[in-house]
Amino acid sequence: MTPVSTIEGKAYPFGLKNIDTDVIIPAHWLKTITRAGLGRGAFESIRKEPGNLFDNADYAGSPILIAGDNFGCGSSREHAAWALLDMGITAVIAPSYSDIFSGNAFKNGILTVVLPQEAIDRLMEVAQTDPIHIDLENQSVTTPFQDRFSFEIDPFRKQCLLGGLDEVGLTMAQGDVISAYEAKVGAERPWLVPTTT
Amino acid sequence: MNQPRTLYEKIWDAHVVDRREDGTCLIFIDRHLVHEVTSPQAFEGLRAAGRTVRRPDLTLAVPDHNLPTTARKDAAGKRIPIADIESAQQLAALEANAPAFGIKYIGATDREQGIVHVVGPEQGFSLPGTTIVCGDSHTACHGGIGALAFGIGTSEVEHVLATQTLLLSQSKTMEVRVEGDVGPGVTAKDIVLHICGVLGAAGGTGYVIEYTGSAIRALSVEGRLTVSNMAIEHGARAGLIAADDVTFDWIKGRQMAPKGADWDAAVAWWRSLATDPGAAYDKAVVIDAADIAPSVTWGTSPEDVVPITGVVPDPMSFADPAKQVAAQKSLDYMGLTPGMAMTDIPVENIFIGSCTNSRIEDLRAAAAVLKGRKKAANVKWAIIVPGSGLVKEQAEAEGLDRIFIEAGLEWREPGCSACLAMNPDKVPAGERCASTSNRNFVGRQGPGSRTHLVSPAMAAAAAVAGRLCDVRELAE
Repeated sequence: MTPVSTIEGKAYPFGLKNIDTDVIIPAHWLKTITRAGLGRGAFESIRKEPGNLFDNADYAGSPILIAGDNFGCGSSREHAAWALLDMGITAVIAPSYSDIFSGNAFKNGILTVVLPQEAIDRLMEVAQTDPIHIDLENQSVTTPFQDRFSFEIDPFRKQCLLGGLDEVGLTMAQGDVISAYEAKVGAERPWLVPTTT
Repeated sequence: MNQPRTLYEKIWDAHVVDRREDGTCLIFIDRHLVHEVTSPQAFEGLRAAGRTVRRPDLTLAVPDHNLPTTARKDAAGKRIPIADIESAQQLAALEANAPAFGIKYIGATDREQGIVHVVGPEQGFSLPGTTIVCGDSHTACHGGIGALAFGIGTSEVEHVLATQTLLLSQSKTMEVRVEGDVGPGVTAKDIVLHICGVLGAAGGTGYVIEYTGSAIRALSVEGRLTVSNMAIEHGARAGLIAADDVTFDWIKGRQMAPKGADWDAAVAWWRSLATDPGAAYDKAVVIDAADIAPSVTWGTSPEDVVPITGVVPDPMSFADPAKQVAAQKSLDYMGLTPGMAMTDIPVENIFIGSCTNSRIEDLRAAAAVLKGRKKAANVKWAIIVPGSGLVKEQAEAEGLDRIFIEAGLEWREPGCSACLAMNPDKVPAGERCASTSNRNFVGRQGPGSRTHLVSPAMAAAAAVAGRLCDVRELAE
């Protein structure tokens, strides 16, 4: 996974709340068996509208998306995170996210910054004209106009993002601990293994 | 004395493999359900890293999302290939990956095939007190039998395949207590739609919700699965309904469930998981069952719920300015005007099915309304899609298929069907569908489709009336 430390650049001033993963990537794009190329389907229904934000040349290739409350709600499809990555987005800033989406984003090296609505409103304004700077190490979002917003992040996630660590590999290194659990529970609740014919 | 704990906390504690300093826990996963859409990239990841599946015995694969619901075999019993190339590729990937990694696979033409969330409980694979995951947000469904079940993304699917664990932070707990008796025509679906309206689409974010109260206890297992299925539609990580004798009677004897002395030991353990008296939830919401009407959605979020006797709301009636904007967008998309009676909205399409409402009880409820009636002339497309092959067999044994066909509806093969536009079952742009599924999102049932979420009885009533209809109008 690519390590994340600072992200700087233009941001899509999107701002809508309750953006579900069907909007981020409609279901017919899910018929893929690899991760690449989903950027073409990102925000497809919005892109059908003339003059939409995502086809505005001013924002092309922006690494940051500013969104409203409950971003990424709905389906668990990780394709939503892959689609954002494929269109070049490596950070989202919003007041809140669906639990599943923020997990998926994290596992793909997308930083999900949580900031209050007032900060979002200000960043939406700045993003119309100027770049935004996100510093993961210092947990801050800054603008060229001296705005500075601090954000919280789970320390484990921060460490993984900064180091570009592979979570599966990290857990597999704990194989003995998992085996010990399996042995203990296997003795206490042997019926947990399904009856198969 | 031990601190009183909730059902969620007991299941959580029983599955902690390792607790880290920051409070996150490595949680053991007892059951992993795999389908064709969210698994190919996970298997691809395992292969690339030379990894194997740690516990294939705790993993069950079944295709459901993009299978067509038309006949799967021709008259000679030969399998009919899927026309859509991408769908066929995804199915082929699962068919190859399951045996390659030693996973039990229920195939597209097997008798037990169905929607993963119908198949799991039906096979006795899903059990109370277990942790269950699947790369699908409606995994919350299995909470209806008292399992801690939640949807995961593909990276997590890969993580579970490789390690049988997930690294998780403990959620907050919320009790949603529904007390009292529901009125006529009010089903489990109406209860959960009402809850979506009360909590909002994000009201449960960060929580695991335990549904309690006499109205929940009075539900069958099928009804409980319906309620928990939509926990995700109010943002909850998972839903839970404590297992009781109703649950145990329903599970006993199912193919993969514990047998003999194992069964008795399992039931004893399951009983011990009920929330202790005095255990505290982080949040509690109480709903009076008498306030719940047969319900229907008007907008493009499951929180956009009104009683069928209600009207399309005025966007300006919402206090939140962001919701005012969202509501106006929804009405534009749905082609509705404020003040219109919900029962005046015509529907051209009917979909009865999905992991929310495709079990035998749902089909019986639809049949009770459709018996001796015909679908209205303006209803162009009306399909009933059983949740599994076993549900289909049961319905046919009860003669329900005859009732549906005589009423002018199509009786299909099991799958996710028109719940999401991934297979040939789609709602045309600009047309409405009275749907028993779980999401009324923009484009969910096909580009430009307009979804009104309802119960199976209400969908059947809409088929007969050719418009959204209060099922109580049709009661004798």
